[in-house]
Amino acid sequence: MKAVYINGIGSVSIQDQDIFDFNFELISDLSDVNYAKHPSYKEMIPAAMIRRMAQGVKMGIYASQNALNEAEIEIPDAIITGTGMGCLQDSEKFLRAIIDNEEEFLTPTSFIQSTHNTVGSQIALRLGCKGYNFTYVNGANSFENALNDAKLQIENDEANSILVGGIDEISDYTLKLLKKIDVIKNENSSIDFKNPTSIGVPFGEGANFLAISSEKKSNSYAEICDVFVQNKIEISDLKQTVSTFLEANKIDLSQIDVLVVGRNADSNFNEYYTEMETLFEDKTQIYYKHLSAEFDTASAFGVLLAATILKKQEIPNELLWNNKSMSQANYVLCYNQYRGKDHSLVLLRNC
Amino acid sequence: MSKKVAITGMGIISSIGNSVEENFNALIQKQIGISRLENFASKHVDEIKVGEIKLTNEQLIEQLQLPENNTFTRTALLGAFAAKQAVVNAGITDINAFKTGLISSTSVGGMDFTEKHFYEYLTDDSLSKYINSHDAGDSSNKIADYIGLTGFVSTISTACSSAANAVMLGARLINSGKLDRVIVGGTDALSKFTINGFKTLMILSDTYNQPFDDNRKGLNLGEAAAFLVLESEEMVQQSNKKVLAFVSGFGNANDAFHQTASSENGEGAFLAMQKAFKTSGLEPKDIDYINVHGTATPNNDLSEGRAIARLFENQVPDFSSTKPYTGHTLAAAAAIEAVFSVLAIQNNIIYPNLNFETPMQEFDLIPNIEVKSKEINHVLSNSFGFGGNCSTLIFSKN
Repeated sequence: MKAVYINGIGSVSIQDQDIFDFNFELISDLSDVNYAKHPSYKEMIPAAMIRRMAQGVKMGIYASQNALNEAEIEIPDAIITGTGMGCLQDSEKFLRAIIDNEEEFLTPTSFIQSTHNTVGSQIALRLGCKGYNFTYVNGANSFENALNDAKLQIENDEANSILVGGIDEISDYTLKLLKKIDVIKNENSSIDFKNPTSIGVPFGEGANFLAISSEKKSNSYAEICDVFVQNKIEISDLKQTVSTFLEANKIDLSQIDVLVVGRNADSNFNEYYTEMETLFEDKTQIYYKHLSAEFDTASAFGVLLAATILKKQEIPNELLWNNKSMSQANYVLCYNQYRGKDHSLVLLRNC
Repeated sequence: MSKKVAITGMGIISSIGNSVEENFNALIQKQIGISRLENFASKHVDEIKVGEIKLTNEQLIEQLQLPENNTFTRTALLGAFAAKQAVVNAGITDINAFKTGLISSTSVGGMDFTEKHFYEYLTDDSLSKYINSHDAGDSSNKIADYIGLTGFVSTISTACSSAANAVMLGARLINSGKLDRVIVGGTDALSKFTINGFKTLMILSDTYNQPFDDNRKGLNLGEAAAFLVLESEEMVQQSNKKVLAFVSGFGNANDAFHQTASSENGEGAFLAMQKAFKTSGLEPKDIDYINVHGTATPNNDLSEGRAIARLFENQVPDFSSTKPYTGHTLAAAAAIEAVFSVLAIQNNIIYPNLNFETPMQEFDLIPNIEVKSKEINHVLSNSFGFGGNCSTLIFSKN
């Protein structure tokens, strides 16, 4: 079975592009809603196309191309994406047009761009990539589903180089609805990651991509040892689930050097993260959603950070959850869940 | 493929029946499920025909015995209906007894409810409970809960090829030993969103769809759900279960030509079929029947036909599209057609491509137009979707 290496990363997030250089000078506090800081797309995408392109597509193209560039891959063998909500802006636009105009005077553009696999297929179209192309839409572990598939492809020799990423975009009306049902924090709510006292999350958006390959390079970030997804887990079963996952990889809890947790400042469903904190209490723990904000594929941002930590062998204070510093990181474990569902574990190793 | 992946159970609900048996009987008796839209209002009701399941959401909720405060959208209801049937059909009593997964697929997800209550959601608190039912993954989690599954749950959305990719992923996960058994398929409800979307693309027929006919005018949208239970060879040996058929090959490729249109020569379709042959170890001459994607749009049938003609050269086997029966059920299409493919193998029968009159000018491909009995060992099933997504599955008797 072939090993799987992360050889390139790319991201569009609510932070500046140099966040993965661990430059935290310009970090600002989160709000209830946090929009992506868009890079200049015009160096990568012709101006005429930028105007027509859906936001998720732009973010996806930018992030994925940077991942490919870093990994020195021109055309990958496969493109696998994950998205919780898909191309929400175009879905909303088309739906509004249907309702407002009572099913008349419609144009197809927003319908065409509303399909969940739009980003993956636009990347393929732009690259002329005729290989395997999948899109996972499984809520908060959509990205991990994509990563799981990508890993399987390489292990089984179905592909050698794969672009894998997660994309989600904010859309105004859905935002209002998610606020109404307290999925997103109220604008007056406190945002406290350490001690969440209000319900809902600080919401965000972004595109986070990895270029992975069977080939280990001198500048590889990390090896992807394993990926696990599960629809639901009882809190009392979490320890067993994690142990079983690690055992399958022939390691135990004590061998994890860094735990990356998807804490999102929601006072609800926080008990999963507290349980994980307890399981790894003597280990270095980091959090990241105070940088990425929360959305279905925010956990991809966490995996990119985990990979960067392994490559740099350095953990900035801005990421530290507890006061346990680290000297040498060999294994990093990422854990995420959202609203008690769509759990995921990603195990990375120094390479 | 290194190992064989067995199909041990199937469940289906479509406009031609609420069970595997009803669907098969309709297929061989040429009973189509294309009608006028009844379950919701649309301005286009008199201009289009649809493959609608004539059960209301309330009737489905009653049949599924769901509590009154449930938040199932129609997509989830249809999915739960078919998945449960498949699990029962496979004789599974303890769903979590082995490493079991669910891979569903959908294109509309909870859109049928969102479009109904979109503006009301902000004002009417009694509807708030449905807001979180919009995303595609929600329907899969509900289906998993309904069949009592805790484990690997995944959802794929690659437009009209989605369910083929669910079958493919399932087969790959079994092949590599990640799962012992997996319930794979897809579900999509009819919605104003898709009706109007396809309408703006001007690919909806105002009459009964005519795949591979020179005068074809477009597709009829439909709704359906179907699931298949896939199990490893070891599982089958342990339980001495009856195997309905095997998944023997699969291929996925991207046309990389246009967001919604297929390339004229069907490059993506050709590549998908080619890959499926590679994984199966079979050759084109081994295929006894092709269940074509055959949506009856001018673009699809030309592109698919050219790809088939190129791949099979002068030996194109019997082929037909079953879309005249069910309409195009989008993400569920490949799942219901997987069920039809297995039934073709089990019964040694090829279904007619209904409504066919005039051969296409571009090539001499004539679909099978009658119910035809012959030995069927291998069936190839194609599904293509927006975004250039092309998928091929091969099912085999042994």
